[in-house]
Amino acid sequence: MAPEPPLLSMSGITKSFPGVRALDGVDLDVQAGEVHCLLGQNGAGKSTLIKVLAGAHQPDTGRLRWRGEEVALRSPIAAMRLGIATIYQELDLVEHLSVAENVHLGHEPTTAGFVVRGKAARQSTAALLRRLGHPEIDPARLVGELPAAQQQIVSMARALSHDVRLIVMDEPSAALDPDEVDNLFRIVGDLTAEGVAVVYISHRLEEIRRIGDRVTVLKDGRAVAVGLPAKSTPTREVVALMTGRNVEYVFPERPTAPAQQDTPLLEVQGLARQGEFEPLDLVVHPGEIVGLAGLVGSGRSEILETVYGARKPTSGQVVVDGKALKPGSVRAAVRAGIGLAPEERKAQALLMLESVTRNVSVSSMSRFSRAGWIDRRAELGAARAATRELSLRPDNPSVPIRTLSGGNQQKAVLARWLLRGCRILLLDEPTRGVDVGARAELYAVVRRLADEGLGVLLVSSEVPEVLGLADRVLVLREGRVVHRAPARELDEHRVLDLVMEGSPAS
Amino acid sequence: MTQHVSPPRGSADKVPSVSESPAWRGVFAHADVRTLSLLGVLAVLVLIGGITKPDEFLDTRNLQLVLTQASVIGVVTVGMTFVITSGGIDLSVGAIVALASVWATTVATQEYGFAGILFTAVIVGVGCGLVNGLLIAYGAMVPFIATLAMLASARGLALQITDGSTQVVTVNSVLDLGERDAYVLGIPPLVLVFAVVTIIGWLVLNRTTFGRRTVAVGGNAEAARLAGIDVRRQRLYLYLLSGLCCGIAAFLLIILSGSGQNTNGNLYELDAIAAAIIGGTLLSGGRGTITGSVLGVLIFTTITNIFALNNLQSDVQQIAKGAIIVAAVLVQRRTASTT
Repeated sequence: MAPEPPLLSMSGITKSFPGVRALDGVDLDVQAGEVHCLLGQNGAGKSTLIKVLAGAHQPDTGRLRWRGEEVALRSPIAAMRLGIATIYQELDLVEHLSVAENVHLGHEPTTAGFVVRGKAARQSTAALLRRLGHPEIDPARLVGELPAAQQQIVSMARALSHDVRLIVMDEPSAALDPDEVDNLFRIVGDLTAEGVAVVYISHRLEEIRRIGDRVTVLKDGRAVAVGLPAKSTPTREVVALMTGRNVEYVFPERPTAPAQQDTPLLEVQGLARQGEFEPLDLVVHPGEIVGLAGLVGSGRSEILETVYGARKPTSGQVVVDGKALKPGSVRAAVRAGIGLAPEERKAQALLMLESVTRNVSVSSMSRFSRAGWIDRRAELGAARAATRELSLRPDNPSVPIRTLSGGNQQKAVLARWLLRGCRILLLDEPTRGVDVGARAELYAVVRRLADEGLGVLLVSSEVPEVLGLADRVLVLREGRVVHRAPARELDEHRVLDLVMEGSPAS
Repeated sequence: MTQHVSPPRGSADKVPSVSESPAWRGVFAHADVRTLSLLGVLAVLVLIGGITKPDEFLDTRNLQLVLTQASVIGVVTVGMTFVITSGGIDLSVGAIVALASVWATTVATQEYGFAGILFTAVIVGVGCGLVNGLLIAYGAMVPFIATLAMLASARGLALQITDGSTQVVTVNSVLDLGERDAYVLGIPPLVLVFAVVTIIGWLVLNRTTFGRRTVAVGGNAEAARLAGIDVRRQRLYLYLLSGLCCGIAAFLLIILSGSGQNTNGNLYELDAIAAAIIGGTLLSGGRGTITGSVLGVLIFTTITNIFALNNLQSDVQQIAKGAIIVAAVLVQRRTASTT
């Protein structure tokens, strides 16, 4: 007896872009009612694969079967008609439309074909939101007014508003707090119980263990493992498949005697912003990495951006080398030797149309110019030296920055500040969107920079990262420092307790 | 003979990466597909002109006229290219040209002769640019709105100054430059100014920190700000620059027409924007090309000339212009997606 054909079966999918072979013969089988996890480093081809699945990209070769029948997904609409919905990482909602309008965008309930029945739309939206465990979201509110987590719920409601058989979720948990992640998993569980298949993409291996049924691992555009059991495959094996070598979290060694006694490089004195974080004092010495641990909403990024002058403090000051900086001035901070690697690399740091060189040199143009005239040879040489020092790949700073992987784009941002001669680095989620293999390399780079005398202030939502990389850790909760300790005196459970409870158990 | 026989390098020139190439190759690399296709369009137009009116069109006088007519709008377009590259827009250029041209040709101004006219045209242009820039950079106004307001008020002020009459220039040194046989360094003076503005514009956009900042602000203003660029000051400078170009253009127009009128520069904003866009400057900012803009201006001016020589009415010209804008953008999008 022939077994039931899989809901979706992709075989031999290839897709090339100029200069890159993004997919090189990928196979993927998805059964109805399963959570199929898609793993892979950045640049492994995950995004391209899900775009093929969503009908946004046309594969060059390969076959796609839907319930045993060969189909071609010529457009996103074709995919939607089959019942494939995709929730992208960068949410594709219209901010100035209401929740209900977004959910029904493109398939509004109408009278006589064109009069939108707003009430019907709001009612069905409310029903969807209830099903998603968020009855408190008002369907009439503008999406732009909602916090990121609720926008994601709206995006999901939109997917469910179609008769959906397969949902692709691209890093849905990235912007969520733990209890919201729990809700997300509950939703995923409900969906699969109804026979809907979920293709789940995440960088977090523990999530995959919690909800995944099977795992497909992509590497360099190929599927290196198809349909592994998600719960029983050892983590080490999965990581090895992704990176081609055995890497857990590998952190560089701390120097044995931290240079604490030096005069401080950076002093933050009573810095506060109304409604974001309470008065904060902290000190960073040369050669030291200070970590800020906290959940989304704890004020981590806000603190970094205020130190950097990108936000104006309501009180307090930032002191570098004993001199107070003009508050709320990025240029004053940069002049004083502070550099920021922001959380949203593409939106806040990179010039996506430009080359690596120009992205690296943008903060130190005066160094290669006389009376405003740029010496492009000197610029290229300096950019090359800075990117080589960080082993940025490819070793050609003339390539467009958009062709680089997340980890290498981050290195370009660091190179920008190295070239500038900056002495204080503010790192906001430095490994977001960076694959596991490249993380270890980034950690080593950050530690080496600190060893060379830089002061580093690090923010990360991944507790192991803060504990592994930082010398001292400040634990934040709701805009307040609840604990300070050397990193080696803390462990992950303790920090998580502090972050949740807000009161040290000692 | 000192003709150099260069080794075959046809294939090497097609390699997109120019990282290792010497400076001259860098210049050559700018002759990308887009620029070449614009040159192709221009060549086709010249061909059409040469076939339909072989005697009139290819006459040196006529080609000179085409370039001279292109000069005024060309100078405006160079400034506009900078503004658009930075992600902005300047709708007030035509009105600023009008205001600068009438202010510089009032009886009072003309008493100061050549220098007075030139100085006034430039100062009025820069002054209007300053107001635009302050409103946009420090008043946080949307460029579209701020320059739309400037368009209205500058036109109004120009009408108020002239009361609708044409102000005839009586300064001979200015009028002499507008004579048909006036040459400076063997080039018609207006064309010379256009060429100089183009070259300076190209150098500033491609070779200076000012140009880099312009591109950075247009490509990602928030990233530029966080990289330590003074985005507001850069925006101010850009509208000043556009105003300066309008002042220069106004002076050229005074030379060309021997007068100042409040109707001068009518719809220059649309011509300049259209030329920049068909040239390949991104309306969303982050990428701009002076070469493309200048070719865009030359294409439009050549069309106008060919139509005039063939006694076609201006309404037909307008329709043709619109079609060309659409065609150019469609073709560019095609080449952009295949390369």
